[in-house]
Amino acid sequence: MLSIIKARIRQKYRTFDYPRQKPVLPELFRGRPVIDRAAPGAPGPIPDGCPTGALSKGSDHSLRLDMGRCIFCGKCEKACAGNGVRFTREHSLAARNREDLVLTGKEQKPAEALDGKARQLFGHSLKLRQVSAGGCNACEADINVLNTLVFDLGRFGIQFVASPRHADGLLVTGPVTKNMELALKKTYDAVPAPKIVIAAGACAISGGIYAGHEETCGGVDKLLKVDLFIPGCPPHPWTILDGILRLLGRIH
Amino acid sequence: MNESSFLPIVHNKPVSRAAIPRMEMPAFRSAIIEALARGSRIAALFACPDHADRLELVAILADDSRGILSAAAAPAGNSYPALTPDCPQAHWFEREIAEQWAIVPEGHPWLKPIRFHAPWAADRAPVFETGVPGATDYFRVEGEDIHEVAVGPVHAGIIEPGHFRFQCHGENVLHLEIELGYQHRGIERRLLGGPGHRTIHYIETSAGDSTIAHCTAYCHLLEALGAPLPGAGEQAMRGIALELERLANHTGDLGALAGDIGFLPTASYCGRIRGDWLNMTALLCGNRFGRGLIRPGGTGCYPKPSALKELGQRLDAAERDTTGAVELLWRTGSVMARFEERGQLDAGAAQALGLVGPPARACGLARDARQDFPSGIFRYAQIPVSTWGSGDVFARAFVRWLEIQRSTAFIREQIPMLGDDSAGAVSSRLDAFTPDSMAVALVEGWRGEICHVAITDARGTFACYKIIDPSFHNWFGLAVAMRGEQISDFPLCNKSFNLSYCGHDL
Repeated sequence: MLSIIKARIRQKYRTFDYPRQKPVLPELFRGRPVIDRAAPGAPGPIPDGCPTGALSKGSDHSLRLDMGRCIFCGKCEKACAGNGVRFTREHSLAARNREDLVLTGKEQKPAEALDGKARQLFGHSLKLRQVSAGGCNACEADINVLNTLVFDLGRFGIQFVASPRHADGLLVTGPVTKNMELALKKTYDAVPAPKIVIAAGACAISGGIYAGHEETCGGVDKLLKVDLFIPGCPPHPWTILDGILRLLGRIH
Repeated sequence: MNESSFLPIVHNKPVSRAAIPRMEMPAFRSAIIEALARGSRIAALFACPDHADRLELVAILADDSRGILSAAAAPAGNSYPALTPDCPQAHWFEREIAEQWAIVPEGHPWLKPIRFHAPWAADRAPVFETGVPGATDYFRVEGEDIHEVAVGPVHAGIIEPGHFRFQCHGENVLHLEIELGYQHRGIERRLLGGPGHRTIHYIETSAGDSTIAHCTAYCHLLEALGAPLPGAGEQAMRGIALELERLANHTGDLGALAGDIGFLPTASYCGRIRGDWLNMTALLCGNRFGRGLIRPGGTGCYPKPSALKELGQRLDAAERDTTGAVELLWRTGSVMARFEERGQLDAGAAQALGLVGPPARACGLARDARQDFPSGIFRYAQIPVSTWGSGDVFARAFVRWLEIQRSTAFIREQIPMLGDDSAGAVSSRLDAFTPDSMAVALVEGWRGEICHVAITDARGTFACYKIIDPSFHNWFGLAVAMRGEQISDFPLCNKSFNLSYCGHDL
């Protein structure tokens, strides 16, 4: 018993005062991308090497970057050599609408809170059922850490629950493999209405690196209406927490 | 060419495809059975079209004690006599062969799909009706007192999907059948004809918690097949990254094991400290899972001296915190009572099933690719193999703790080896690899041996690329470890293996 108490003292208090304090992410961390070369751009090819086709050009030759497809590998940043796409260390990435994830050089709209009734229902107590539906388990790993004491998800009234019957919504990861399609639908149906759906990670938003594979459905919104998109491959835990708190109107 | 014996090969060294002995099936079978009886194991067994587009079986055997691999091939035809009745460790491989290439291993005792997809060759009649996992016939124990428990695919926690079917007598589990495939997203098939611009990302995401290990294996193969070799500093950097991956996951596993028995101090401390290890990887490359860090010919980034200094400081702090959190386990009687004698396997079973990684070492098998088949930095800096003999949950936990201590010491030793002058020579060359060759890479990931096999065609692109995650070997070990256990101990036993669903399903 004494050794447990001693260990407790040595392990210190570790919960980070988020969102009042802003976490400092590593120097090499690739967070929100920005497009330096805003519309109208110059004619010419799209910077080479994007593995998911996240980077495209509009009719006016301006660069567009779809954060829903982006795996944040940074190839485009290297190919542009400082004149095109640049990754910042900003962790806040989530959006309510799929099209808001497409960056064009204009300012991106931060994710808005749920409206009226839904916010009243879920704003101070949100129970989520996590469904892992394909992917590589990195998203799941960084969702799991929200339960550790650095993030301490419980203090926001947010909790992951074992049964969809106890849940207010789903947090889905992975491109939704064909082999998980039925299980995801059944889990969704088992959640009592009103309910929300959150898609976390490039796979869940667009199929990610597996986009175009017939073994997958190519993202959650092919099957369910999605209320919040959290980009990243995988999204950083702070990115996930930021997204959920914005949805609940706890970060403005 | 017909030969009567397997060809010894060296990992990370290409061998001409024509040099691989082609044996007749009876000789191929008996050579495998004899080699396994002498202590070798199956590192890889797969089907692949040969130069004339006829399917052949290729086997890679590993003799760990001598550090020798050997390879041979045999014509597959539409069917062949299954190896599984004589070699239990062939079980999963033969199911995979049947599913991918519609080749029937005749006499296989439990021939079912493992990933639930159509055969890769569209012109071949599938062995299995296509369906989704879950809806198959399971092994059943009959009797009035017997009941069946079905769990998954959607589990109670934040976990990947899989289906577990228990045959129980009261609380006691008579048999557990594990059905996977829910995470199947078609990685291996997309590697054929590569490497292409998505290949490295498929490898990085074959199992996202083992990005470094899988990526290192892939890079070893490309370097064997003609990509430039990394410098000494980059090799040290890869080794540091591999051990950081091990530290993060082992620490997380010890915390999760504590959580499964309701011992909250270690559960909450280790959950946090796991993040400290992941953040050290992020310090090196920006990503907590090491995405973009390991690249053919070197590393994708190289740390500045200031980052190395910080790495050393963080290493000391995390080591101190991990030690304090983990040692509570061994000092607490109620923890030991729950860990000891649960989910026990003996060395014989581990050998027969071909287990790898901590579950094998926890049975006393000194099996570790870092020692048996050293590559990269591990040719110069050895990490002693950690074993324990009791084969239970405690042994699997304690082996992890031994490995945490050794990995920490290794990283401390390697940090000064990273010079500040490395150019980070990453190869952008993704063509012109040695044609008509085969290479095998073995990397000891935190779960165990990761085996990648590449076979190139006449143009130097992948005619075949096999990824064998340690989970592929070990899932059946979990099923066997559960026999005679209480079903309430399943979460504990499961966590003590902590296998990958996505690494298996690919």
